[in-house]
Amino acid sequence: MSFDNLDTLYRQVIMDHYKKPRNKGMLEDGSMTIDMNNPTCGDRIRLTMKIEAGKVSDVKFDGDGCSISMSSASMMTQAIKGKDIQEALAMSDTFSLMIQGKEYDDSIDLGDIEALQGVSKFPARIKCATLAWKAMEKGLKE
Amino acid sequence: MNPYEIRKLFPILDQEVNGQPLVYLDSAATSQKPAAVIEAIEQYYRGYNSNVHRGVHTLGTKATDAYEGAREKVRKFIHASSTEEIIFTRGTTTSLNTVARSYGGANVKEGDEIVISYMEHHSNIIPWQQLAKDKGAVLKYIPLQEDGTISLDDARATITEATKIVSIMQVSNVLGVINPVKEIAKIAHEHGAIMVVDGAQSTPHLKVDVRDLDCDFFAFSGHKMVGPTGIGVLYGKKELLEKMEPVEFGGEMIDFVGLYESTWKELPWKFEGGTPIIAGAIGLGAAIDFLEEIGLDHIERHEHRLAAYAIEKMSAVEGLTIYGPKDAEKRAGVVTFNIDDVHPHDVATVLDADGIAVRAGHHCAQPLMKWLDVSSTARASFYLYNTEEDIDKLVSGLVKTKEYFSNVF
Repeated sequence: MSFDNLDTLYRQVIMDHYKKPRNKGMLEDGSMTIDMNNPTCGDRIRLTMKIEAGKVSDVKFDGDGCSISMSSASMMTQAIKGKDIQEALAMSDTFSLMIQGKEYDDSIDLGDIEALQGVSKFPARIKCATLAWKAMEKGLKE
Repeated sequence: MNPYEIRKLFPILDQEVNGQPLVYLDSAATSQKPAAVIEAIEQYYRGYNSNVHRGVHTLGTKATDAYEGAREKVRKFIHASSTEEIIFTRGTTTSLNTVARSYGGANVKEGDEIVISYMEHHSNIIPWQQLAKDKGAVLKYIPLQEDGTISLDDARATITEATKIVSIMQVSNVLGVINPVKEIAKIAHEHGAIMVVDGAQSTPHLKVDVRDLDCDFFAFSGHKMVGPTGIGVLYGKKELLEKMEPVEFGGEMIDFVGLYESTWKELPWKFEGGTPIIAGAIGLGAAIDFLEEIGLDHIERHEHRLAAYAIEKMSAVEGLTIYGPKDAEKRAGVVTFNIDDVHPHDVATVLDADGIAVRAGHHCAQPLMKWLDVSSTARASFYLYNTEEDIDKLVSGLVKTKEYFSNVF
């Protein structure tokens, strides 16, 4: 088996977020709850966000899914916490381009999330990576 | 014929995936196609493509003969009495929807019951959910035993005088279990209900005799039985089909069209509105010839053997859970499993890197996943072209998957 190829997908930082998810759980005083699932595979996410003064002041996620979907959710919550709504949405656009293997504006710092770049080489897994981001976008655009 | 000889008849299997020889273990999703089927479709398009039942010209006659010839092959294959009982559809889903809309629409009233089971595929759940909602009828589920089988006592307890339709899959696409549909049909009939059998996973793998089962309707798809996608069959007892209204109206299915009234063709054509799936039917006919030449008995024995071998070898992998009965005689060639602490998608991705194709997800059976208390599973499914060597590769792939996921830290 070519583990080299797999290693581009399962980066250390991804597995770290999978096994030790950040911001896992539910916000008791969250101002919005978004449920989303991936109907083709059964992955589920519940995102709770607290929006104050145009900022995502707090965010948590709960859910059930593969290493890619859950680590992506963990990284996403870490990335948007404390950000303006517009900043968070811009990050989501950048992420979407990156995950599809398209050119993206690398002036936006995605931090750990850049580890998910390898997913673009596994087309069947792109939907896993985008689930949490879609939930976030849905919440912030409402 | 041994599986190594059979493999050679399937051109697609002779390739490498991710630098490894392809091990295709996803036949329950769709089977591969032998050269004979691909060629039959090609010959039709290259040699005698024409619409059926209307042309006076030579090609039209040839196409009609081939299309109706395929219907006769299907009739013989499932042991129906007459080709009037064989309706070509787009697949199992369309077949089941036709029964729900046409028969169900006319015969199910408020307060009536429709009985299915917890292991059904979505295509044998949602048409009945919709029918029950439309009519104010009650949808009931036969529970499952601990090992995922259906007991006749539970079937008896669920089916009542108010039951109008019972619809059960003959073989589970997840658990691989073979259900006692003949016995359940008897119980349904004792209560005045009709019996519908979802044969999507059984028809490719074991001998089907609709008269012996005494089911009222039987649905299956071509693509799971070495035929093409886009073609399926609805078998129905003639006396029921005769009383039913078509669900699609238009060309092909009419007898006489007036300005405000029309009449329908006789069976089976009144259910085949529009230009039919001619190439698909011809491909399905070729698939039946192919399977019959090898022999369904042989295929069934081969799959029991592979299931037994897979269960034995996979059970030895630490932290691996197999769902459904452990007794291979009770199941077809489907083994659904999970590995502790590794999500099935990740299992499927790691196996794919090794050229091994398995399915991961809910397998279009969310109520069953709920019953199993899992969100998704991985599934290996076998067919006539699979070998014990394929299973050995799967098992070593699973061991590597476990190792990989414990080493990535």
